[in-house]
Amino acid sequence: MKYDVAIVGAGVIGSLIARELSRYNIRIALVEKCNDMAMGTSKANSAIVHAGFDAKPGSLKAKLNVEGTALMPELCKKLSVPFKPVGSLVVAFSDEETNTLKELLERGKINGVPGLEIYDSDKLHDVEPNINDEAKAALWAPSAGIVCPYELTIAAVENAVVNGVDFIRNFEVKSIEYSDGEFSVSDGKETINTNYIINAAGVYCDEIASLIGDTSIHTIPRKGEYMLCDKSVGKLANHTIFQCPSKMGKGILVTPTVDGNLLLGPSALDIEDKNDVSTTSETLSEILEIAKKSVPSLTTREVITSFAGLRAHCSKNDFIIEPSEKNDKFINVAGIESPGLSSAPAIALYVKGIILSKINAEIKSDFIEEREEPVRFRHMTNDERKALIEKNPAYGRIICRCETITEGEILDAIHAPAGARDVDGVKRRTRAGMGRCQGGFCGSKVVELLAKELGVEINKITKCGGNSKILYERTK
Amino acid sequence: MQKNIICVACPMGCGVTVDIDDNGEILSVTGNTCKRGDAYARTECTNPVRSLATTVKVDGGIYNVVPCKSAGAIPKEKIMECMNIINNASANAPVNLGDVLIKDILGTGIDIVATNHCPAK
Amino acid sequence: MLNYDIVVIGGGPAGMAAALKAKECGVDSILILERAETLGGILEQCIHTGFGLHYFGEELSGPEYADRFISLVNEKNIEYKTDTMALEITENNVVYAVNKTDGLLEIQAKAIILAMGCRERPRGALNIAGTRASGVMSAGTAQKYVNIDGYMPGKKVVILGSGDIGLIMARRMTLEGAEVKCVCELMPYSSGLTRNIVQCLDDFNIPLYLSCTVIDIHGKGRIEGVTIADVDENRRPIKGTERYIECDTLLLSVGLIPENELTRAVGIQLDPITSGAVVDEYRETSHKGVFACGNVLHVHDLVDYVTLESQTAGEGAANYVLGKSSEAEYIETKGVNGVRYIVPQKVNIKNEGDIKLYFRVGQVYKNARIVVKYNGEEIISRKRPRLAPGEMEDVLIKNDMLKNFAQGGKIEISVEV
Repeated sequence: MKYDVAIVGAGVIGSLIARELSRYNIRIALVEKCNDMAMGTSKANSAIVHAGFDAKPGSLKAKLNVEGTALMPELCKKLSVPFKPVGSLVVAFSDEETNTLKELLERGKINGVPGLEIYDSDKLHDVEPNINDEAKAALWAPSAGIVCPYELTIAAVENAVVNGVDFIRNFEVKSIEYSDGEFSVSDGKETINTNYIINAAGVYCDEIASLIGDTSIHTIPRKGEYMLCDKSVGKLANHTIFQCPSKMGKGILVTPTVDGNLLLGPSALDIEDKNDVSTTSETLSEILEIAKKSVPSLTTREVITSFAGLRAHCSKNDFIIEPSEKNDKFINVAGIESPGLSSAPAIALYVKGIILSKINAEIKSDFIEEREEPVRFRHMTNDERKALIEKNPAYGRIICRCETITEGEILDAIHAPAGARDVDGVKRRTRAGMGRCQGGFCGSKVVELLAKELGVEINKITKCGGNSKILYERTK
Repeated sequence: MQKNIICVACPMGCGVTVDIDDNGEILSVTGNTCKRGDAYARTECTNPVRSLATTVKVDGGIYNVVPCKSAGAIPKEKIMECMNIINNASANAPVNLGDVLIKDILGTGIDIVATNHCPAK
Repeated sequence: MLNYDIVVIGGGPAGMAAALKAKECGVDSILILERAETLGGILEQCIHTGFGLHYFGEELSGPEYADRFISLVNEKNIEYKTDTMALEITENNVVYAVNKTDGLLEIQAKAIILAMGCRERPRGALNIAGTRASGVMSAGTAQKYVNIDGYMPGKKVVILGSGDIGLIMARRMTLEGAEVKCVCELMPYSSGLTRNIVQCLDDFNIPLYLSCTVIDIHGKGRIEGVTIADVDENRRPIKGTERYIECDTLLLSVGLIPENELTRAVGIQLDPITSGAVVDEYRETSHKGVFACGNVLHVHDLVDYVTLESQTAGEGAANYVLGKSSEAEYIETKGVNGVRYIVPQKVNIKNEGDIKLYFRVGQVYKNARIVVKYNGEEIISRKRPRLAPGEMEDVLIKNDMLKNFAQGGKIEISVEV
């Protein structure tokens, strides 16, 4: 197959770039090494849309963060992805930290962050009643919000596929050859040809770049561990609560999620292994201890799961979004660590700009701007539910009890453009298995539905692709 | 020789010691706190038995397997051998609760019976 | 809107026994809602024997025990809807439920019996570190795969938690050809029945490591091994005791949690220890006309007791519907000094029968005494050679004793060594 542009990596960055480029009459491949999109950094991060006062003024991070955050609400609306403009608070516990807040405020103003304000202790406790009594002040940033990062990625890919992008899964780029003005990209089994490559491979950006001899990028996986708490404590924080930042990042935050849970984390540890998303008990207890400094009433009792993600930290300390020095038809989109999610909509436009400066692309007249909202039975009124089940009885069968997810929603997830192929894929698209029992009851039913719809035996269904199988052979 | 047994006749879980001579005759039972413990320990030393519950493959049923059990206790040392036979057997749907699936397994005089229904597909 | 005298939520052993008893007490308009494809609840996958020893005097398998009640439900023409999920109950005892054929159901009930059972505690609640590999599942999920679907969930198995389901699955996986490496138990004692330890572990030489837990999970796609470690008296891992065990499956049997989402949502008072509703001797909750029984009320070790408790709730619901409830003057019950909880949490002293109080202790005791006090005064003392958290205990409060109590009084049960 021959493409104009091949994007390596279906994280939130690659996926939004794919969607943005799918406005034009060009052939686009979105190439992903896993069985699904959003399998790296995009599925395990803080899910925060940052206001943009952290980054150094003048940096690409500062520019794209503020622009991206401004674009996010509208983008989420078009893609039917939940976004909540909850705002953020950076909390100070000492006079020294209060001074830091002032620095952040000044920096934010230079970066163009709207509405920043310093709250005194009274105002802070007013808007965030469960905050530590010892908190002295906070920086309020109304433009910050929360979004579900994998839902945004899934929606972007779905919309891109609807607009003609080929989503190619389980294609791990092993070699890239360049001859006669064209790249041949291979996973060792199959080859695709393309005029341009966009390297959006997250923590693997350096390895992909090195395939064309570009060794300028060095990605350091920076591991962040998180704990997710039950919805019963989701109201403990009204806003995203940061503590004062340090060299390693913005520290441990406590934030509500768009689904009404409470998220604590991340830790920050530079590691070697780009596959290592394991959690450690020491780190998890540290996270809880630090998070309790913000919200003292937190306990382990309400933790329903923990996870870790890797940020693609680059030594340059800024986003690297430019054509490679080795080949100007190979565009690196590297070092996209925090605020990468917030910047993603702006990064997509920025990369589009680079591509359009190189190729003469015609805008499509039939571009579909919006992604239809998936059925969300749990959010419906009883009258809406009644009507829905009358139309399609599959919505009358509850598969996941904890989250009230119907068979119909799971079938939709499997049959969506770039639909789910494994249990985690169904989980990310529908929330089936994300509740308190973590799939104890519905896991086997999801396996059954996947097998039936994909036409395979149930022991071929995996948790998340590769060798993550769930069942072995028949007992007899 | 001495055998130490945990009695399961009731939830007490008494540790019972059985003295056995070279001919396998039981000389004494100690440590039990009731008569049932004595009886349990004697059987456990001379002829330990267990009931077996597993599944049998079903052809043409709505399920792949139907649960089954031994209708009575079978010698403990024959359990895995019985599993072999059961694993190589199959039943045709419909299967009804109580159906004898394997008669007189391993000559023990005990049948393997279905413990649930499995309607035909 | 449909109308029933009694709506029973859950068609497992609890729901069926409650419905049958209510019918026997003279209520005809009863509807059972069951979320699975068949009645029977979790018993359908519990194919091992040992059920019914108390209630039927026979050793039955789970499906056989369930089948006796399913047959009776059919015989007595009690209505039920399977594949039907209750979504909500309201203050006015309206039940909303869905299924594929009826769509959204709106049912006005005079009384509701909650019999939703319980769920297994998942990995997340334990906060075990490590990767998110496949092959980590609750023992009950594995039980369904093996016993109903007929597929092996793994070949080399480590089991965390020595609750009965974990023990049963150790034997079950072994019988089906898997190698069960060990069972790790965080506590210094097993919460499972002694019979299960002997017949499920000892019979197959499966080691049980007490005061031991899984601290790390290894493997990227499928689980490849776990690190286990001994724990100190505060249940913290002891440095230097870590060892790696190769396995492709980790089964979790680390506790059961009553499924009280519907209960909580309507504002019924819950007991923080049992995680079930606070009830009186007929298992009536803080919400008039709403009863609860079985594992949704508190986790039972034997289904026979679930049946008995549910019959009590069924009788209570029938009395309520038929206007036969007696006037109420309550005393409170409370577990102290080694007794973790008591069900029921309150007792109507105007009740004309004897009252059985069920309770659990917090640790293993040998040669202890159960002491029941009324307003601080000892009224019953019973010797118990052995008490364990895994085994539910009971004491009977005779009606003539009850008659001497006064509203607002308090019964306390304690363990004395």
